[in-house]
Amino acid sequence: MRYLPHMDADRQSMLADIGVEHIDELFRDVPAAALLKEPITSLPNHATELEVERMLSRMAGRNTPASAVPFFIGCGAYKHHVPASVDHLIQRGEFLTSYTPYQPEIAQGTLQYLFEFQTQVARLTGMEVANASMYDGSTATTEAIFMARRITRRKKALISAGVHPHYVDVAKALAKVSGDELVIGTPELAKGKPGGDYEALLGQIDKTTSCVVVQNPNLFGYVADLTELAEACHANGALLVVVVTEVVSLGLMKSPGEMGADIVVGEGQSIGNGLNYGGPYLGLFACREKFVRQMPGRLCGETVDADGRRGYVLTLSTREQHIRREKATSNICTNSGLCALAFTIHLSLLGEAGLRQLAQFNHARAVQAAERLAKVPGVEVLNDAFFNEFTIRLSKPSRDVVRELGNRDILAGVALSRLYPTETALHDGVVLAVTEIVTESDIEALAKGLEEVLSC
Amino acid sequence: MLNRQGRPTGTGEGASAEGFTTFTGHKGLDLNEPLIFEIGRGDRTGVDVPDAPKVASRLGGLEREAPIGLPGLSEPEAVRHYTRLSRKNYAIDMGLFPLGSCTMKHNPRLNEKMARLAGFSDIHPLQPQDTVQGALELIDTVAHWLMELTGMPAVAMSPKAGAHGELCGLLAIRAALEARGDAREVVLVPESAHGTNPATAAFCGYRVEEIPATENGRVDFEALKKRLGPDVAAIMLTNPNTCGLFEPDIIKIAEAVHAVGAFFYCDGANFNAIVGKVRPGDLGVDAMHINLHKTFSTPHGGGGPGSGPVVFSEALAPFAPLPYVKKTEERFELVEHLEEGDQSFGRMVAFHGQMGMFVRAASYMLSHGADGLRQAAEDAVLNANYIMAKLQDVMTPAFEGPCMHEALFDDRFLKDTGVTTLDFAKAMIDEGYHPMTMYFPLVVHGAMLIEPTETESRASLDEFIGALRSLAEAAKNGEKERFTAAPHFAPVKRLDETRAARQPVLSYKNTAEPGSVTTPVAAE
Amino acid sequence: MTVYFTKDHEWVRVEGDTGTIGISEYAQGQLGDVVFVELPEIGRTVAPGDELAVVESVKAASEVYAPVSGEVVEANEALNDDPSLVNSGAEGEGWFARVRLSDTAELEALMDEAAYKDYVASLA
Repeated sequence: MRYLPHMDADRQSMLADIGVEHIDELFRDVPAAALLKEPITSLPNHATELEVERMLSRMAGRNTPASAVPFFIGCGAYKHHVPASVDHLIQRGEFLTSYTPYQPEIAQGTLQYLFEFQTQVARLTGMEVANASMYDGSTATTEAIFMARRITRRKKALISAGVHPHYVDVAKALAKVSGDELVIGTPELAKGKPGGDYEALLGQIDKTTSCVVVQNPNLFGYVADLTELAEACHANGALLVVVVTEVVSLGLMKSPGEMGADIVVGEGQSIGNGLNYGGPYLGLFACREKFVRQMPGRLCGETVDADGRRGYVLTLSTREQHIRREKATSNICTNSGLCALAFTIHLSLLGEAGLRQLAQFNHARAVQAAERLAKVPGVEVLNDAFFNEFTIRLSKPSRDVVRELGNRDILAGVALSRLYPTETALHDGVVLAVTEIVTESDIEALAKGLEEVLSC
Repeated sequence: MLNRQGRPTGTGEGASAEGFTTFTGHKGLDLNEPLIFEIGRGDRTGVDVPDAPKVASRLGGLEREAPIGLPGLSEPEAVRHYTRLSRKNYAIDMGLFPLGSCTMKHNPRLNEKMARLAGFSDIHPLQPQDTVQGALELIDTVAHWLMELTGMPAVAMSPKAGAHGELCGLLAIRAALEARGDAREVVLVPESAHGTNPATAAFCGYRVEEIPATENGRVDFEALKKRLGPDVAAIMLTNPNTCGLFEPDIIKIAEAVHAVGAFFYCDGANFNAIVGKVRPGDLGVDAMHINLHKTFSTPHGGGGPGSGPVVFSEALAPFAPLPYVKKTEERFELVEHLEEGDQSFGRMVAFHGQMGMFVRAASYMLSHGADGLRQAAEDAVLNANYIMAKLQDVMTPAFEGPCMHEALFDDRFLKDTGVTTLDFAKAMIDEGYHPMTMYFPLVVHGAMLIEPTETESRASLDEFIGALRSLAEAAKNGEKERFTAAPHFAPVKRLDETRAARQPVLSYKNTAEPGSVTTPVAAE
Repeated sequence: MTVYFTKDHEWVRVEGDTGTIGISEYAQGQLGDVVFVELPEIGRTVAPGDELAVVESVKAASEVYAPVSGEVVEANEALNDDPSLVNSGAEGEGWFARVRLSDTAELEALMDEAAYKDYVASLA
């Protein structure tokens, strides 16, 4: 067994040093009836590296990778090109096989990149502070709702119809026990601004509102200026929570902070991280400095060592479970350290100029796609404003169309019936993401495919 | 041919590093590295992006005007920056990492290779299910292994980490109690529990009550029995417990908990000690999370990502979260939405959980197999007991042995030396080790919790034992400075945590254009 | 002006119907460097044993309980800027809050300085 260094002779002599004859004497506290006498027979025994590679490669081979076909799927996870150096660097053993930096003297590498990461996230979102990451965008969003409750001491959160329905589901599952009241908007495929229910929200904000949660760009790709919403929140003592699931958009668009957000959460997968069938992803969490003590998750801060040299430590940890126990701000323990590292490396490589260019390219390619698809009979592009994702309405049930295009090796976006099985009014809608990986010929293939499928 | 260079090859005149500082602030291989904000520039990029096609903007007038303040690095600069940073970290790849309760075992590289197969890493969570049958099969495979290894009939794969798994377990328990119209108020947690246990229970709306430990580090069964009643929703128990001991009364505990209609949540953080030897299902457990990053060798990555699937008993299985994979005769199906009559408590994450970690865990499970996993558990226990046996004369074990996969010491052996557990731990850094877990569990004074894991060779253990023996003796011999100023040989000295917390500096504050500060921050 | 102490190491200094509350010199020594204090809201009413404030050191957070009943009339805002006042002047400048006492009879249940001194000595 290649991962176990002991030979049987080592084991025997170590047992002798311990003073027992058989390993099971060390398991003496296990009730006899529960101690298995031999390996579990319903599972196979060990396998060679080559055998394991074959088994897993066979499973991997049954999936269609995004890079193999024209690919337009988004809705909370995005296919971007990640430079080779990112994956190379995160695989350095000193990053990959290190632990949470509780011993700062021998974890300055992790701590420094977390400090850099926090700064990048804060600047990108237009906030003053960001934490060292959360599990994913959905859990970060739920934590933001709870944090707003702690700050405002109010329980009612208004959630825009444009927030990712899975994010809303996560908040719903946890609100059952946290006591938060969630008022959730129902999305409509309105021409011009699908899922954009900001006027309705403006009418709902009052002195009992803890926060308003909006996603920008929203699930349907629609982008809006949130300034008025922020002002209405603040006039009522409520907070504006902005969710960003496509962080590349922040390279081109006004940041949530500039529009008045108090807490910005999001999914950082887009930068540095692959699709990975949904995880591991990278929850981003940023807020105004005055709220930092109510923030969940790990935080890294600057300080000095005994010789006065600059260094970094995890700080404000009294908010966390390992000290506050049942009074902690959250039960979160693990973060997404390595995903944060991939994010920060990719963003350092891009820099301001690169990110801006990348975002511009995404937007332009998406505009090209929208213009081309608008010419397909039976397709209506709904968004007037968008970044790299938009919603189209089809003349046929979208699920069937997406499936049929899948059979033709075109992964043509997300049929809204998949996300909203009971909202039949949305079932002719498809959300398409167009990133830099999409070529002009991919767009043409999609347009042709749609033409054929919709006309037969 | 004769060497005419005549260059000295001896050890030199013994010039000491002390007494002068280098121009760069570097010390040989110990290289200083400034922040990206001090070396990068906003107009520099390490990624070539093609020019955007010319189109009319459709951003709705939301174009960003103000600069963001993001520094850019070219690829060589980035590679050097992060490589230099990496060298300031301790890691399993470098040496024994005895952090108790964290199971810092070797992370096989095959796992990494497999997780990067395009068929796993480059598929989208919302792709049509026909295009991801292999991914669903992979999830189903890991689920199958977890159920067989634990003897439990169901598993929820989506929780993203151990604490998230605890949350999943308690939400299912709460849903099950509500389904039978039996709202309960209290969750019992032993004093020695991980902080996440009471945090999770409180989050789920329960009042947390502590149950005491006996003098030998086990749950006080009599005290527990006395406390159990119709108001108790669940007990959260770590087994093997955080003192590194198996709870001998565990079956009796489960029976007593079930007798009052409560559920038994087991914190599976220490499953590595018993995998393949004991199945929690045989002990009466109702729910248990499994940290794939501990038992199943997925990398800790400097603090995540983790993965915390939860196995469930029959009683709790109907309340497990969405989504889940269902195997039908001809294909795998991903169930993402509640159907009529479903009792699931709902969804915990945006998508399907930590697929990347599932692939790594599958690679590890298949590699070890049923026999190898059992051997791994035995070797983990063997190694911890070996350490305990070889150190018990110079350090003070907190409880009488044998232990399971981790050896717990208290600070009695440091009494009157002026050396604290913290000092002792920091001195281990000078010996080239990551410190053990300290001051946890809370029930032991000055606790030192050592978990060597099964992937350490005997030679490695012997060197570690030698180092600790030498430190224990040095402490007793009054060599206090070796400890109180430790670490002497780390990239930085002890850091001022008080200052960090009193005046938090949580982001780089220089608002000038990135790259305008180019002087490295050298030793002052 | 008299100072009373609790077994949880809070003190209350009574002047007229106002009680100034803080933690003892002994308690600050046990806590270590104080890095943050969560102060009570003005106007809140507290009863003996209610959580009045939270005091945090780097590695610990401890509740400060109200030794007496009353309404919070003032909180020591200076602690927001300089929590180390709790260390440097636990029984002086590092006070937490002032409370308008609603029941001075409660003071009888507390220790005076001498009794508290004996109590602390008994803990060692």
